[in-house]
Amino acid sequence: MALPPTTIVTLSLLLLLPILSSSIVEEAFSEELLLKPLPDRKILTHFHFQTEAPISDDSFARHHHLFPKSIAQLVKKFHIKAMELSFTQGRWNYERWGGFDPISSQNAKPPGVELWAVFDVPPHQVDAYWKNLTHSLSGLFCASINFLESSSSYSAPKWASQSALGSLRYGTLPREAVCTENLTPWLKLLPCRDKAGLSALMDRPSIYRSFYHSQRLHLTTSKAPADGLDSGIILEQTLTVVLQPNIQRAGISYPDEIKIQPSWSLSSIFGRKINGRCVLAKSSNVYLQFERGLVTQLENIQKNTVAYDSNDTGTEVLRRNLCFELSITPDRVHRELEKSSSLLYEYSIKGYNDTEQFDLGLIWKYPVVWSSPHAPLYASRFLTGSGNERGSIAISLKSTELTKDFIAANNVEEKCKLQVNVLQIVPWYIKVYYHTLQILVDEKPHAVTDFVEKMGVSPSEDKVSPGLMELVLRFPCEIKSAVLNIEFDKGFLHIDEYPPDANQGFDIPSAIISFPDFHAALQFLNNSISNSPMLSKLQEKSPVLSYTEVLLVPLTTPDFSMPYNVITITCTVFALYFGSLLNVLRRRVGEEERLLKNKDANKAAILRRILDKFWGRSSESTQPQQPSSSSSSSSSFINPKLFLKVLLVAGIAVIWQYYLK
Amino acid sequence: MMKKSKKVQWFWTWVIGSVLLRLILVYFPKNLNLSSRPEVSTPLTSIRRLAEGYWLKQSSMSPYAGSMYHGSPLLLTLLGPLTVTRIEGQPDHLLCSLLFVMADIVTAMLICATGKKLQAAYSSSLQLVGLHHLSEDSDVLPSGDFAALVYLWNPFTIVACVGLSTSAIENLMVLLTLYGACARLAPLAAFGWVMATHLSLYPAILIIPVILLFGYGPDAPPRKLFRQRKNLEVENSTTGDKSCLEDELINEKSMQSVFSWRPVVLFLFWTLLWSSYVLFLCGIYVQQHGGLQEMFKRTYGFILTIQDLSPNIGVFWYFFAEVFDFFRSFFLIVFHGNILLMIVPLALRLNHRPCFLAFVYIVLASMLKSYPSVGDSALYLGLLGLFAYELKGNFGFLSNFYIEHNLFLDNQLSRFSDMQFSFFLFSGYVGVSLLSPVMHNLWIWRGTGNANFYFATAIGYACLQIILVIESVSAMLNHDRMITKLSTAKLQNVKS
Repeated sequence: MALPPTTIVTLSLLLLLPILSSSIVEEAFSEELLLKPLPDRKILTHFHFQTEAPISDDSFARHHHLFPKSIAQLVKKFHIKAMELSFTQGRWNYERWGGFDPISSQNAKPPGVELWAVFDVPPHQVDAYWKNLTHSLSGLFCASINFLESSSSYSAPKWASQSALGSLRYGTLPREAVCTENLTPWLKLLPCRDKAGLSALMDRPSIYRSFYHSQRLHLTTSKAPADGLDSGIILEQTLTVVLQPNIQRAGISYPDEIKIQPSWSLSSIFGRKINGRCVLAKSSNVYLQFERGLVTQLENIQKNTVAYDSNDTGTEVLRRNLCFELSITPDRVHRELEKSSSLLYEYSIKGYNDTEQFDLGLIWKYPVVWSSPHAPLYASRFLTGSGNERGSIAISLKSTELTKDFIAANNVEEKCKLQVNVLQIVPWYIKVYYHTLQILVDEKPHAVTDFVEKMGVSPSEDKVSPGLMELVLRFPCEIKSAVLNIEFDKGFLHIDEYPPDANQGFDIPSAIISFPDFHAALQFLNNSISNSPMLSKLQEKSPVLSYTEVLLVPLTTPDFSMPYNVITITCTVFALYFGSLLNVLRRRVGEEERLLKNKDANKAAILRRILDKFWGRSSESTQPQQPSSSSSSSSSFINPKLFLKVLLVAGIAVIWQYYLK
Repeated sequence: MMKKSKKVQWFWTWVIGSVLLRLILVYFPKNLNLSSRPEVSTPLTSIRRLAEGYWLKQSSMSPYAGSMYHGSPLLLTLLGPLTVTRIEGQPDHLLCSLLFVMADIVTAMLICATGKKLQAAYSSSLQLVGLHHLSEDSDVLPSGDFAALVYLWNPFTIVACVGLSTSAIENLMVLLTLYGACARLAPLAAFGWVMATHLSLYPAILIIPVILLFGYGPDAPPRKLFRQRKNLEVENSTTGDKSCLEDELINEKSMQSVFSWRPVVLFLFWTLLWSSYVLFLCGIYVQQHGGLQEMFKRTYGFILTIQDLSPNIGVFWYFFAEVFDFFRSFFLIVFHGNILLMIVPLALRLNHRPCFLAFVYIVLASMLKSYPSVGDSALYLGLLGLFAYELKGNFGFLSNFYIEHNLFLDNQLSRFSDMQFSFFLFSGYVGVSLLSPVMHNLWIWRGTGNANFYFATAIGYACLQIILVIESVSAMLNHDRMITKLSTAKLQNVKS
């Protein structure tokens, strides 16, 4: 079903406006795919689906054409301002795949599940909403997101987003295994599912065979304060996969064949071709990105080998040049604003159908070596120390070539400073001593106050909340390396608190390192590309962000088979103590015994006399016929003590009963 | 007299030697890692946790945030600044170490002084009962000096001091209480008791011995003997030589078995004063962080509910790591009740020996407390020295006495009159303190052992302490029996 032409006109009119002020009046869906060769012979595929829907106050029971109703209900019910959920398997390789482009800072996620949400509710209700949200998402995505419900697994970072102070909640599940059962419900949110359009490419075996895949769901509700008409929900679904293409032999073989990039086509990496677009999509495009380093290299090679007329930039040259060959001529080429900028080939798949399938291929003809742009500092994290009693977490930051450029750019200034924000969340059983924070800059220990501008700590509470440490660091630009070191004690848990596989160890979620002074954004010359949601996302200014490794901390385990033994042995020891001490205290020797017996006899005699009197009188009044001799003999043996005991028990019973009522 | 002065000289040499040893150990790098040993630093006494609490307080957070620090706010103000001051070229925490060394020395001096007071009171009361020989014998052994040296040279004390465990300060407070009560200084005793209770809760039960000390005076033979003696003397005085017994009778007035209420009331008054003062100070300190309620929850609540399950030399950590959750509260009540249940029987049986009663209470508390450390054991092992005379066997003298008076020797009595198994106990303590670090190492550091190994040593240690307390109590009771026997025998001798 095609959209009516009037809608298209209005849409295109609307989209000519700057993206930020655009308001959503109509539901819209777009699908895009970005392909990017990576320096280590791998290929990045990044699917991007965006669904927009307007929301108005009376639309609770509203029917949606394109927008998934479950998500709309979620947003309504939990008053979500923004939310992001990601399922990731594998680790983004910041060194090889780059850390300074929008893809890596927005789509590189820590392993497992990561969820953050900003709520539009009063601060005291946020936790309750979060708990309900985790359960809903858990059901929606067939994942154990409900484990984020317990307060010991999520936290509320203070500085991560200044605007959402107090209403942001963040939690991760590093151990969560991501599989096709999580992908299927995710695909169900798309209007065409995986039956048509770009999502038809998602061949499960090839996705789950990949080195890294991250499936992300990002929700934003924009609410215009003046009129409720403008408000809308934007649902952004991305799937980022890093794949190793099967090596296809190029026609010409070079002696240093190892260095030549593998040639690929969509059908070779996914085993499928695109059979046309999803008809509900407003736009469905495929992009091929050559990043900055690669373009520079290509240009160099071109200059060196052939006397080449650089002014000639016809489409044929773009498609076919010395180093590579594209199987399909791109519809359009975007070039970044700056010099030596990245190239973007755009393909529209509107014209393709079942008979004429879209199968983009790239054949390398000449070996090219380049490297991806790195974040200013390369961050990694590791554990030090041995044994199961204590250890320390070290976050190491190493300078990359970008830092040098940064210095070069800023060397006019007197004091060039590099700001680094660190957010570190540790579970409660890792008992961090925050006062032991040490900073080694260029392998020399420094006072913490020299570099830490701000430090926010909310320490963990046993079995209640995780520890959270936020640091704002300011390093001089000429820094080569910095290591943050913080010590911790390993906790000891109750046997029920260990997971089934206790000896595997426990995970410390990734730390988030961000560089607020740097923004990873592509800037394209052509204005008309702003009609693509993905490209506008790539052009958004977002701070450079990277996640560190998840750490695996082995904790000591008690003997799980021992509870009965421990209980019985310990209780025996205490019984021994109690019994023998009491025995010592009440033991009588020799003369004391005799004395005591006399005393006892005296006491008993007195007691008996009193009781006899009492008994005698009472028996006289009630049973005058009873022979006195037998009664006295029986009472002397049993009665006084028994009588007292019965009285005592009865008294206790009465008191007990009284207090119960 | 000559002998006495020599003894004191020798005493001071040993004291200085122990200080030097501590200082040498303090200068070892990283305190020999003692401050992170589970035997030394429990969640309550660890200096690292205290430093963390101080850091949190300095960064305007509650010192109790983060389940790290569970001690007193007063300790934080006292020790906190010392944990952050560094002197160039000196080991970290040097000032703290010096403070702990000083605390140890003061504790030892107090033990010494308490011992002297006890000894003086005891020999005079023995003379009153008429056992002059025994009193001479008890003078020979300066149990105060002996106990002080035992405390100072006990490896447990040294380890706790060098490992910067705050139990040194708790011990000091306990000793202040005992000394104050023995010297009948109500303000001092009240201060010690309030502080000790404030720091670690368990010394609260010491209020019974302290009240008994104020009421009846220091340890003495059973009060029954005085009464018998008095009766006899009254009888004698009718027959003759009145003048000889005149001053003894006057003396006896003070030693009479009447409970004097005045010092007790004074002590209680001072207790009230000090505790309100301490609460006031704490209240100021934790004002912005949840107030006193939060403080009690984080200190006493933490002690009573045993939340931290990290290994220590006690048995509770493993027990509560293993026990089923729905039995947890039951066992918490049972185990804490174990301490409380024994208070009354012991107080009834040993009320004429309040100092010894205090010692027994301290042993029980350090055995059954939630987070025991070797610092607690150091205290009671030091105090054990105070009762060396009563607990050690005195066969030789006894038999001499019996032979002298042509009395029949009671075999049973003499058999029980000394502490049994003392060699076994000594080697047990040595063995456990050697084995326990080995087992801990095997379990935690090498990963070849298992938690049960370490728990076994903890059980062994608990058994040793049980034997110690039972044997010492029974030895003390037997000693009393012996005195009773001798005294009545002598009385009969006099009568006949």
